Amino acid sequence: MGYAMTRENMNTVFASMSDAYDIFAPKVFEGEGCFSDQDSIRYGKVSSLDEIESERKSEYSFKEVLLAVQENLFYFTEDQVTVPKITDKGILIFLRSCDLAAVKRLDQIYLNNGPEDFYYKRLREKAKFILMGCQESCSSGFCVSMGTNQADNYDLYLKWDGNHVFADCRDEALAGYFAGAQEKGLAETAEVKPDYVTENREKVTLPKNLSADTFKNPIWEEYGSRCIGCGRCNFVCPTCTCFTMQDIYYQENAKMGERRRVWASCQVDGYTDMAGGHAFRKSQGERMRFKVMHKIYDFEKRFGYPMCVGCGRCDDVCPEYISYANCVNRLAKEEQ
Amino acid sequence: MALDINTKKAKKNAYRISKERGIGASRIRVPGGYLKAEVLGMVQEISEKYGNGVVHLTTRQGFEIEGIRLEDMDEINEKLQPIIEALEINQSDPNTGYPSSGTRNVTACIGNNVCPFANYNTSEFAKRMEKAIFPNDLHFKVAFTGCPNDCGKVRMHDFGIIGMTMPQYDPSRCVSCEACIKGCKGLSVNALRMENYKVVRDTEKCIGCGVCITKCPTRAWTRSKKKYYKLTIMGRTGKKNPRLGEDFLIWADEDNIVKIVLNTYRFVKEYINPKAPGGKEHIGYIIDRVGFEEFKKWALDGVELLPETIVKECVYWSGIHFDR
Repeated sequence: MGYAMTRENMNTVFASMSDAYDIFAPKVFEGEGCFSDQDSIRYGKVSSLDEIESERKSEYSFKEVLLAVQENLFYFTEDQVTVPKITDKGILIFLRSCDLAAVKRLDQIYLNNGPEDFYYKRLREKAKFILMGCQESCSSGFCVSMGTNQADNYDLYLKWDGNHVFADCRDEALAGYFAGAQEKGLAETAEVKPDYVTENREKVTLPKNLSADTFKNPIWEEYGSRCIGCGRCNFVCPTCTCFTMQDIYYQENAKMGERRRVWASCQVDGYTDMAGGHAFRKSQGERMRFKVMHKIYDFEKRFGYPMCVGCGRCDDVCPEYISYANCVNRLAKEEQ
Repeated sequence: MALDINTKKAKKNAYRISKERGIGASRIRVPGGYLKAEVLGMVQEISEKYGNGVVHLTTRQGFEIEGIRLEDMDEINEKLQPIIEALEINQSDPNTGYPSSGTRNVTACIGNNVCPFANYNTSEFAKRMEKAIFPNDLHFKVAFTGCPNDCGKVRMHDFGIIGMTMPQYDPSRCVSCEACIKGCKGLSVNALRMENYKVVRDTEKCIGCGVCITKCPTRAWTRSKKKYYKLTIMGRTGKKNPRLGEDFLIWADEDNIVKIVLNTYRFVKEYINPKAPGGKEHIGYIIDRVGFEEFKKWALDGVELLPETIVKECVYWSGIHFDR
């Protein structure tokens, strides 16, 4: 059901939603960028539309709301194990269509790939998604190439333009807020359809006939000589799901402690280290190959669709100006 | 007719008396080394009309228009006016050129307008300092650099201002990748170590360079909201005792640094050797003579430092002594 209302009235609706939901959206973190006097845009809790960065793309994706950078799995004493509680509230996440497509990838890995992941599931069940449309394409995204430029599986679509807010609500629980607002005369029904782009500046062609020979492609060596192995491409990616485990024994009492899982990156040293010092992919070139092939080949082979959603964040963040999109296009071109 | 020129006045007016009789050079100060490109055209015009068509880029980020005839100084002063205005140089009488030259151009590295390492806008701060201290006949050299790499070579100055940031760590965003630890070890002072998969910063060792922040891939490390500075004092070149400036304040703030430099002008007025050649005596030599304690008393007069600012109780300089 579509609605139109003023920004002020939407913020009133927002305030009442906040009682039942923690709302997460891209926010500007002033001065917290990599370099001096630069901001960082990433996800944080918001309580009004005014706090949301609605123009620029977030440097880090929404995934940290469902998959914390560091998650405490349990605390242990000598004879007890305690799993930390999570909020009683629901979770609302503002995101764009490419990121909503990434939710499907996260679900694939954590819910539909063998046993369900308890920690992911308990947050995921609480989560509803608020789609932010795209009137114009961002500069690095290639959602059209990946077919993620349009989404209809949102719970709520919100568009705000100056003082005007338009909503399309598909979720029953959220619909109550808008129906309530309409009763009070704060909103009126309207025809609302999400904005989406039909063309990007960046276009990517996926290679169709990758074979074992790709393994020996000399481009990996070239990328290897450029990559510094910082892992930013993985950390900003909405579809990278790898984590590693850390057991902490408290220094004051080593019989107590906690087990955490934290994000891991296939580009950072240590990712494939095994007992005895063995490691599968030692060079950055091999790691780059692994990442790219996973995004456009290995995942698809297993689940039937590519992992990458074309958000372009990895290309935005790489300090060495390595373009994943260009790498994929190079592989495709070589096939011709 | 023979030239009759007051060379002392000409020098104060920012002209050099060159080795060639009747020929001098016009010196243009560019605070912070920061200027709109249009000024270059104005410099070119003066050089081609009054000079020999050659401009020297000075060691203090200014221009020196070579080969001008000393009798043209008044005319050149009028031509300098748009440059003086474009660079917002303090001046009370328009069209008379620069009102003094003792306090040298305030220099700066490129700073955070461009450089990824810089912790602040060096040109802005340099311009603020210039506004506060110029014009003045006393021989002061002040320089700004964005980070402890000290590309601005500020330790060769009476006052050197080095940008710092107080690294802020959010352990919940840390993935233990050790990029900060490797960065700090390789590029800086090895002040970070891993404990229980989290990073511990040795606050005694940390120089606030910000390398950990630029290396961090997850924004676990971010910059402090406040900008901090290290103030180094009394570095210099020279014939007697060239030496590097030593740390005076660490984790200091902008306002107090300006205050301290202004206080030092009063200190120098009180204690400068009245017979100093050309009224020029390095501040460092004055401090050598009257003692650091006396300098500190004057410098910190009315200064309320931040609680986190470290003040060196005593400062000793080394360097090479050719005068003993």
